[in-house]
Amino acid sequence: MTARVGVVTFPGTLDDRDAARAVRLAGGEAVSLFHSEADLKDVDAVVLPGGFSYGDYLRAGAIARFAPIMEKVVDAARGGMPVLGICNGFQVLTEVHLLPGSMIKNDHRAFICRDQTLRVENADTAWTTEYRDGEEIVIPLKNQDGQYVADDRTLDALEAEGRVAFRYVGWNPNGSRRDIAGITNERGNVVGLMPHPEHAVEAGFGPDSRESGRNGVDGLAFFTSAIKGLLAHA
Amino acid sequence: MATILVHVMPKPEILDPQGKAVGAALPRLGFDGIAQVRQGKRFELTVDGEVTDEVLAKVREAAETLLSNPVIEDVVEVTVAQESA
Repeated sequence: MTARVGVVTFPGTLDDRDAARAVRLAGGEAVSLFHSEADLKDVDAVVLPGGFSYGDYLRAGAIARFAPIMEKVVDAARGGMPVLGICNGFQVLTEVHLLPGSMIKNDHRAFICRDQTLRVENADTAWTTEYRDGEEIVIPLKNQDGQYVADDRTLDALEAEGRVAFRYVGWNPNGSRRDIAGITNERGNVVGLMPHPEHAVEAGFGPDSRESGRNGVDGLAFFTSAIKGLLAHA
Repeated sequence: MATILVHVMPKPEILDPQGKAVGAALPRLGFDGIAQVRQGKRFELTVDGEVTDEVLAKVREAAETLLSNPVIEDVVEVTVAQESA
């Protein structure tokens, strides 16, 4: 059997094709899901990809959160289905309250696009089991509203419960509280992060690696983690 | 027809990058003496018929659920606009 991983397209989503490609390269079957259809098409996991859903109008992710597909995604996530939100998808996950906190504009007020080093702080989520705790990875980061904010009580709870999944290393590119790049829910099945693992899955099309240019594939293990996890439980 | 105004502002403790950018541009244009700028949003919701308490309560609910995100924003004011003739 193969794991079926749904990739949601909202109006303004940009990275759905890349996310689907990442799923295929990781050995899964990518299934296109559409914002206006309240149907998960029997998928085993869901990726909310990056982009500018609804033009980022009102707030990033604020309108996408009320799309018909999201009701199904929220139900499935509460039931334990692996859900990954990347960039705008992370913003949607915070707006729909599957993950705490929110994202505001980068502190330096500019759009940023760079290869970013992250530290895996929790290698026990549905999307990170193929990493080691403390492992450093390089994947692209590209956003405007990437500054993760939450009140201190929420941040303390996230830290205490090991729910900070990824932290920026070397330089905080957007002013995120406590260098947080990504977080997970209590159960570890829902993960959201600002940088883009789906853009670092194939040699020749990724960030520069230590060995050679454009050959970084550090993002692939997000998808192999979820797929292996699903197959192990099947 | 009446119009209800909803004003949403970033929470005081949240850095407001847009307001900061505007604040930095003002002195460049010679508008001195402005210590701080914070930028929010004003929504104009036009409703059919009269603005009853029920309608206002509904708008307040909309303001809290869709128009603002309580993690980063406050709904600072919900008022009925003066009707224009």
